[in-house]
Amino acid sequence: MADLLARPCGGTVERLTRPARVYALLAWTWSRALAQYPASLALMTFGTALGAVAEIFAVFVVFRHAGALDGFSLAEGLLIASLANLMFAAADMLMGMVEGLGQHIRSGSLDVMLVRPVSPLVQIATDRFAVRRLGRVVPAAAVAGFALYHCDIDWTAGKVLMLPVLVVSGVAIAASVWTASGCLQFFVADAREAANSVTYGGHALTEYPLSIYGKGVVYAVTFAVPLAFVGWQPVLYLLDRPDPTGLPDLLRFAPPFVAVAACTAAALLWRLGLRHYRSTGS
Amino acid sequence: MTSAHSDDAVIEAVGLGRDFVLSEGPLFRRRRRTVAAVRGIDLTVRAGEVVGYLGPNGAGKSSTMKMLTGILTPTSGSLRVLGMEPARERTRLASHIGVVFGQRTTLWWDLPLKDSLELTRHMYRVPAADHARRLAELTGLLELGPFLATPVRQLSLGQRMRGDLTAALLHGPRLLVLDEPTIGLDVVSKATIREFLLRLNAEEGTTILLTTHDLGDVERLCDRVVVIDHGSLAYDGDLAGLRAAVPVPRVLVVDLAEPSPPLEVAGARFVRAEGPRQWLELEDNPSAVIARVAAGNEIADLTLREPDIEGVVAALYRGAEPRPA
Repeated sequence: MADLLARPCGGTVERLTRPARVYALLAWTWSRALAQYPASLALMTFGTALGAVAEIFAVFVVFRHAGALDGFSLAEGLLIASLANLMFAAADMLMGMVEGLGQHIRSGSLDVMLVRPVSPLVQIATDRFAVRRLGRVVPAAAVAGFALYHCDIDWTAGKVLMLPVLVVSGVAIAASVWTASGCLQFFVADAREAANSVTYGGHALTEYPLSIYGKGVVYAVTFAVPLAFVGWQPVLYLLDRPDPTGLPDLLRFAPPFVAVAACTAAALLWRLGLRHYRSTGS
Repeated sequence: MTSAHSDDAVIEAVGLGRDFVLSEGPLFRRRRRTVAAVRGIDLTVRAGEVVGYLGPNGAGKSSTMKMLTGILTPTSGSLRVLGMEPARERTRLASHIGVVFGQRTTLWWDLPLKDSLELTRHMYRVPAADHARRLAELTGLLELGPFLATPVRQLSLGQRMRGDLTAALLHGPRLLVLDEPTIGLDVVSKATIREFLLRLNAEEGTTILLTTHDLGDVERLCDRVVVIDHGSLAYDGDLAGLRAAVPVPRVLVVDLAEPSPPLEVAGARFVRAEGPRQWLELEDNPSAVIARVAAGNEIADLTLREPDIEGVVAALYRGAEPRPA
């Protein structure tokens, strides 16, 4: 890790991968710093894990009582909940710190980031990078593995190859939503709470089969804030299930494209916000 | 490297201006008002200069600093720093300048100073060998040794400022921009930092631009003083010139044996009295005035006050026509 960035300014590949390497380096440094208080770190991680387990357990209880929701069995329900949890937790770990943007603007630390030769987005995202969020990722991944095993999935080669693509896309979409909602704080000082309704609210929403909600909700999370592509559409694909909400089945192949579009939109919004900040100085 | 625009100009501002648009009034009936924070500043700073950038709060100092570092986009005029346009080439410029904000740290609050500096090294892509050499040098000069392993949040203000200076200098910047570098520091820390900056300027030829409210900083460090008021340049020249341009009389403070009516002596003007103590503005040679005062009164004590830079700058502000906002 030490000399990851020491190479002199190189070619295009080097330039393009630099943000990722700076990200890794900053995240690593923060993790190491926070690991200096091992008891605190262990307790926080355990607490976070407990929260994640409780959330999934709630889904378990609901399905246990109802038997099935909208034609989804217990194992299938757990798959939806754990996949959504996994991807949101991973996205939160990667980009969740962007929601602290307003604080950085108020305290002036954004200015400090702007005078360093490193993308301020990377600096904000890694600020106090919290390893404890692995406490969410790990149990969610474990339940997802368990549910994948118990669901009746016809494992073709295509599905095996698609699974990682779907996971990466889902994480990218959720991370874009985190970033974009954080960017609102460039324009409205206290947008954090409002943004949380989309991030945490969206997360809670996607823990259940989307077909239990009204059409309006399904359309909103498909075409406006594309959270349907985080857990719901991938599960429909894995289970070979026709979309119970009546949307075209082709949508389940969209996650990679939606991910690219969402990342682009988030990046543009960030640039727009930064330009706004630099032209208002507030 | 950087393409030198002019032979040795580090900062070149021509007609630099910055407006802010304020919205006021109730929602739906908002009025927008444009306020100029900086108006038409022409400023050239050459390599190796140490320039004090002075002005009252709200005069436009911070806006200028933000434009110089690329944080804020100018609304008018042209600006080049080390041959680069800060607003467009912020990231590239950042690796050639060092910036210290006196009021907030660029270090990471929870990391030991050493780790903070190591992170800075990666961000500025300083090769490990150069970093080690430079860190050893700065550790010696700024006496960082005893607290290199301490988390930044536990450092005293003086230690933190020395750490911040180190972080800003590890990549060997050609221009150092300091925003109130000695604010809140004790006398010893101030002296350490001033000596260090002088040495840096003399030995490495680093150009330094600093804002400050501390006269000591200006008197000790700056060959050149630039005063900004209401967003415009009010003075640009050396300290002696500033004092000459705005003559502020010396003040004689007389402690009389007992309270008495205002003294009336030739060559001095009565300013105010406080019990037996009286303040006189000197228009004449001090010894003559003192002799005249002593002739008619019993004097317990005397002090002669030289005009300080703050008084000079304040006089300059008073002299400047207040502009309509």
